[in-house]
Amino acid sequence: MGVDSGWACRPGNVDHYSCPMNVVEAIDLRRTYRTTTGSFRRRSLEVEAVRGVSFSIAEGELFGLLGPNGAGKTTTIKMLITLLIPTSGEARVLGRDVVQDARWVRERIGYVFGGERGLYERLSAFDNLRYFAELYGVEPKRQRPRIDELLELVGLRGREQERVEGYSRGMRQRLHIARGLLHDPPVVFLDEPTIGVDPVGARELRATIASLTDAGKTVLLTTHYMFEADALCDRIAVIANGEIVAQGTPQELKAGVADGSVVEVEVFGVEERSLELVRGLAGVRAVAVEDRDQKQLLVVQTEPGLELTHAILSQLDGVSVGRVSSREPTLEDAYVALVTAA
Amino acid sequence: MMRRTARLLWVGWLVHLKMLMRSAFNFWLGVVYPLFFASAAFLMFRSGDDPKPLLYASLGAAVMGIWGATSTSAGAALARERWLGTLELLVTAPAHFALILLPVTIAMATIGVYSMVATLIWGRLVFGIELHVADSLAFALAVPATVASIGALGFLLAVAFVRFRQAWALGNMLEYPVWLVSGFLVPLALFPDWVRPISWALAPTWGIGAIRGAALGGAPFGDIALALLLGGVYTAAGILLLERALRAARVKASLALS
Repeated sequence: MGVDSGWACRPGNVDHYSCPMNVVEAIDLRRTYRTTTGSFRRRSLEVEAVRGVSFSIAEGELFGLLGPNGAGKTTTIKMLITLLIPTSGEARVLGRDVVQDARWVRERIGYVFGGERGLYERLSAFDNLRYFAELYGVEPKRQRPRIDELLELVGLRGREQERVEGYSRGMRQRLHIARGLLHDPPVVFLDEPTIGVDPVGARELRATIASLTDAGKTVLLTTHYMFEADALCDRIAVIANGEIVAQGTPQELKAGVADGSVVEVEVFGVEERSLELVRGLAGVRAVAVEDRDQKQLLVVQTEPGLELTHAILSQLDGVSVGRVSSREPTLEDAYVALVTAA
Repeated sequence: MMRRTARLLWVGWLVHLKMLMRSAFNFWLGVVYPLFFASAAFLMFRSGDDPKPLLYASLGAAVMGIWGATSTSAGAALARERWLGTLELLVTAPAHFALILLPVTIAMATIGVYSMVATLIWGRLVFGIELHVADSLAFALAVPATVASIGALGFLLAVAFVRFRQAWALGNMLEYPVWLVSGFLVPLALFPDWVRPISWALAPTWGIGAIRGAALGGAPFGDIALALLLGGVYTAAGILLLERALRAARVKASLALS
């Protein structure tokens, strides 16, 4: 019952971007927002949210767009799903331009975003799905069996007659995924789908996401959870300040920092001044601080072959220090190094 | 294609009506609030022994309910979708956005039928106004025609919201002027001549004319046809403006909260 993608490598379709296997293509995409500041003396500002992003996703691939908040992930995805018109550049889905052929593209994509919103609270899950099935053009006689299949897939069978306002965040998120798959789209865009979901719920959601490529779908996933990208994605593009700063498989990205090492120091109340001193040490590639309840974890990435533990500790003079350890770099370290350098 | 469109409109209307009926705010707006206006109208028109002016006011107050429910909520219809986070999903659905939006505003006008019934019952119980319908068939046609045409006017208001976020205030702003110049309570003959063309361009004018004509005796079918014709014009104008408004919203990134 899925829509005929109508996409194949026909002779007229072949060009250096689209064929043979690229299902999603972003070519030098840019997006500028105009915003105003001030109440009495209003000033117009231009914010460049996406600055020349290019990538392509092959058929059946799970591609991750990884970046911090405000990096341009959601803006990029919104251009690809036809919600925003790019300021410049091109975007194609299944070989069709997302601006010129918006309706054609919409019939063949699913869009799921994270968070509590995006559902009709006063309706039951079943009514939500039935309404969207109608909007997405699912044949009337196929609606009921398709909704049943999806409720089974996302584990909401038996709860579908309850109003959504009583659903937990994880249940809502699973309902979102069911909604996005109603018309069995060949391409699915997932914008931070596990955000705010508890660990057990997030794990179940990740299993559902992984099953999408098993079903032959092409998936673009945005996330800022490194382990999620590492576990799910075939390839990852790291985006920072509206630009792609690295692209490759998780292994390739890890390899970018694999020749170094990581020193982790538990600290209590470290100040920016001390961090600047650590950053200034010769051989230090990146410094990040993670809050862990009452303490913080200082993560320092260093050049290979250097033993900087003592030098780092000496820059933390006056700071209470706990456990100190060193380890191999992970994808998260690669990500921090890339984003910090951007 | 026609069947599919009809089905989409029907399901959209049903779903949104269901949601509106589950809202305490809409119950207050649709049933309780119009009774205050109706009471004021009944008290103003209660003079002499002739029951006709009271029925005239009763029907006017009843249609005020339909317009009130639509005007206050149609402009805010898309604001509500934006707050729910569903607006972007509706826009990216393959269905034409006009076919998604139109049943929303018609559902809002349908909620106004609650207030119409409540007003007529209130008039009967508290003020003793009997509803004698001269032409039942015409009355049965005039009510849905009025609801549909007012819903179409609400659709035009909602389209403005796609382009301008502050347009939700437009509906509230227009509530009183429209019921005044549509002759819900005051006959149009009392207004200056320059108001007439404005009244004629408003479907509620013909809607209330049709309902009164059917109930009090008159020639309601011309008014029914004009109400439906204007409803069609509003819908066509809304569809034409909607494509432009949506494109502008996609350029300006004004569809989402974030």
